[in-house]
Amino acid sequence: MKKGRYGIHGGQYIPETLMNAVNELEEAYNFYKNDKEFNDELNALFNEYAGRPSRLYYAEKVTHDLGGAKIYLKREDLNHTGAHKINNVLGQTLLAKKMGKTRVIAETGAGQHGVATATAAALMGMECEVFMGLEDTKRQALNVYKMRLLGAKVHPVESGTATLKDAVSETMREWTKRIDDTHYVLGSVMGPHPFPEIVRDFQSVISKEIKEQMLEREGRLPDAVLACVGGGSNAIGAFYHFIDTPEVALIGCEAAGRGVNTKETAATIATGRLGIFHGMKSYFCQDEYGQIAPVYSISAGLDYPGVGPEHAHLYDIKRAQYVPVTDDEAVNAFEYMSRTEGIIPAIESAHAVAYAMKLAPQMGKDKIMVINISGRGDKDCAAIARYRGEDISE
Amino acid sequence: MRIRDAFENRKAFIAFITCGDPDLETTEKLIHEMAESGADLIELGIPFSDPTAEGPTIFSANMRALSGGVTTDKIFEMTERLKGRVNIPMVFMTYANVVFSYGTERFCRRAAECGISGIILPDVPYEEKEEFASVCRSAGLEFVSLIAPTSHERIKMIASEAEGFVYCVSSLGVTGVRSEIKTDISEMINAVKAVTDVPAAVGFGISTPEQAARMAESADGVIIGSAIVKLVEKYGSDSVPYVGEYVKNIRAALDKK
Repeated sequence: MKKGRYGIHGGQYIPETLMNAVNELEEAYNFYKNDKEFNDELNALFNEYAGRPSRLYYAEKVTHDLGGAKIYLKREDLNHTGAHKINNVLGQTLLAKKMGKTRVIAETGAGQHGVATATAAALMGMECEVFMGLEDTKRQALNVYKMRLLGAKVHPVESGTATLKDAVSETMREWTKRIDDTHYVLGSVMGPHPFPEIVRDFQSVISKEIKEQMLEREGRLPDAVLACVGGGSNAIGAFYHFIDTPEVALIGCEAAGRGVNTKETAATIATGRLGIFHGMKSYFCQDEYGQIAPVYSISAGLDYPGVGPEHAHLYDIKRAQYVPVTDDEAVNAFEYMSRTEGIIPAIESAHAVAYAMKLAPQMGKDKIMVINISGRGDKDCAAIARYRGEDISE
Repeated sequence: MRIRDAFENRKAFIAFITCGDPDLETTEKLIHEMAESGADLIELGIPFSDPTAEGPTIFSANMRALSGGVTTDKIFEMTERLKGRVNIPMVFMTYANVVFSYGTERFCRRAAECGISGIILPDVPYEEKEEFASVCRSAGLEFVSLIAPTSHERIKMIASEAEGFVYCVSSLGVTGVRSEIKTDISEMINAVKAVTDVPAAVGFGISTPEQAARMAESADGVIIGSAIVKLVEKYGSDSVPYVGEYVKNIRAALDKK
């Protein structure tokens, strides 16, 4: 298999200007991933700073209410900065620092990755600039303020659809302008090799913990693991250590927006086809001429026209299943989890909750399901209130 | 026609425009005008929704063209009409997904039928080249490779397999007019010349006749895009004489010594 490939997916489709940068990154990563000092430092950051391991919480009320499988929630929402994004960011920023970089740049959709990057940059004394779609800076104004508070510069991106894909394009452009001192902290399991591998490895701590915690609590592995999928970093993190255990069903929940039969959707696997974009071969929402589609989801974090190459491969080989979840279903799940269990999930994670609400009742009471609550929903409260016709200010 | 023809006898002027900006009729007129005014090779940009190597000028041209309804098929039809009527070679410049989603084989076959000589894909580096270059070869097209100021030791590997011409990216960053080009161009060109006799042309950031002449001191040709696209942006369907005038000025600067 060629370098950085997941079946036919992946690769390095980027301008020549960036090739030496990704090659250096690959070389550095291959060294540090086996370096004891690096791993000790990273684990200390995970535990002392980010608050790992995150809890695996038995959601008893939801379990009884849905009346089927026993439901556990992997509480990535309890991490410092409120989402799984910090796992990858601490890893990449530490790596960048070891490589002698003094500046980090990042794209962000919902703002969680931007906040996490700004946080790690503050901690490690690095310069930080974040690119965020203008549309998203409006949807997630609080996160914009947080990034600035943390010392980062936020650039609103007005081009194209002014959402996550445009933020990624703009960050790539910025990287080609200034490479020597700058590392691009890519926020998901996407982009050119070695990013999908690096991000997956740093996020795989999620499934490593689920496995240990589940064996300790239940003495066995779960029957299903559910996670939302935009680019797919929390999902691959939650899936990774179960990929070679086919008894564990892996289910990715995509954002269907207003429905997979409308154009206002971001469900890549349900509606996209094979293409090449943002450095990788994978599935993308696009028209017949390969023009990338202006996708839509209520969730800024899932509002992306592609999916990481490893997910595309897991779909091809039928190891994981991908299901679309609409805005409506996600908002209902957001409210349901808040009301029933006292946990407000991010609207992204609520997509996984929504499918769990359909699936759990169909599973026997002796079955166990884990939902990855990838982030907390504080950032979404104002938007969901607006969705319900209430006009509240933050 | 071969790309090499553009480099016979004089310093080559490679002119870029985005197809369909503001419409294909204007594009067709611009092609004739540029060929007659002294361009030696024309790079026809097929617009892409998310052109990650482009600065604001060409990015906006892509958006204007797409919102005007241009498609890959309409561009093929236009180039087919031009076949035999333009006496300089033409290449397509676009992004990997435009070619891949059309079907790489189908795209290359159709491009060859329409008299196109080669393709340039800025998001396909050496490592991914064969997927496209092998199909180009069987269709009779040349696959143009790029080198950048960051390429260093990669130049040897890239240049040794170069076809058509080597596209030397003058500066870091994206396409667009620059007041100053800091990279040591002659060093880049020398590194290319050490391994291949395929011509080397410099692009990214060149806009004035003075810059063009300076680049041509070491390079076999210069590539100008954003400066021309700016004229098209400003004058729209009336841009033909302005572009003609501009091309003549660059030609004169290249022919001076």
